[in-house]
Amino acid sequence: MSLTGKNALVTGGSRGIGRAVCIRLATMGVHVFINYVSNPKAAQETQKIITDAGGSADLLAFNVADAVQAQNAIKGLIKEAGSLDILVNNAGITRDGLMARMKEDDWDAVLDTNLKGSFICAKAAARSMMKKRWGRIVNISSVIGFAGNAGQVNYASAKAGMQGLTKSMAREFASRNITVNAVAPGYILTDMTRDLPEEIQEKIKAEIPLASLGSPDDVAGAVAYLVGDDSAYITGQTIHVNGGMYM
Amino acid sequence: MAIEQQMVDIIVEQLSVDKEKVVPGASFVDDLGADSLDLVELIMAMEEEFDVEIPDEEAEKIATVQNAIDFVNNIK
Repeated sequence: MSLTGKNALVTGGSRGIGRAVCIRLATMGVHVFINYVSNPKAAQETQKIITDAGGSADLLAFNVADAVQAQNAIKGLIKEAGSLDILVNNAGITRDGLMARMKEDDWDAVLDTNLKGSFICAKAAARSMMKKRWGRIVNISSVIGFAGNAGQVNYASAKAGMQGLTKSMAREFASRNITVNAVAPGYILTDMTRDLPEEIQEKIKAEIPLASLGSPDDVAGAVAYLVGDDSAYITGQTIHVNGGMYM
Repeated sequence: MAIEQQMVDIIVEQLSVDKEKVVPGASFVDDLGADSLDLVELIMAMEEEFDVEIPDEEAEKIATVQNAIDFVNNIK
């Protein structure tokens, strides 16, 4: 399956799941724009992995939660590259805490980056996709958006919101041959989960039928499927990549 | 190129209709078969072609080919 000549933007592409997605898309012949906001070194590493393997990638720094910055960056990308064909809304942050003590700022920051950022990027990207009558948008959701989680009301709300975004966008853009789907990872071994104490990790594993944390590559595989030709008739759906912990 | 001619070309391309049908009085929705997303795309194409910003409240008033031509003539 080749997507040679197509351009992809992966938000939060420097590390973790985003990095794995960038690398996987590049192996499919896609030119990848690696978005990052705080860690240029990690983004450069991702780029190097791709170019060393014979793929092509550019870096694109902007904060998805900053509407003006994000719109301008994506407009510039479309102008420079000619089109934006694939968007993976992956950028996400956590600001965990029990709701009784959660500050409004922690709510806003998580909603702004995870949910509003996805809307802003998708809106800007759709312009190019509508013109080309071809587009693939994949939103990286989370099992937490489906199952809920104590200590993550903000994250769970943002991720659940992405489901509404996914389905409504899928309906709006279907006539332009743009599919919009979501991938909902469970517990994946990344910087976000690595810091969890050992006993919590063991507890998590006990709830996963496949009995281990997932790898970023497991998620990248689902994204690759959703941007490729084999999934052309699939839109508004969610693929759960969680080892069976939520069914 | 005159604005009228440019506008007809944009409409023909965006809505995939015959040039003969794009007469001044033609309504995008009723006569040219545009749906709501077509209208959005048409507005975006006009913005690019004529290098203007068309706010939503103005865009809503653009229902016919003549409306579109008048709008661009007015702000150019």
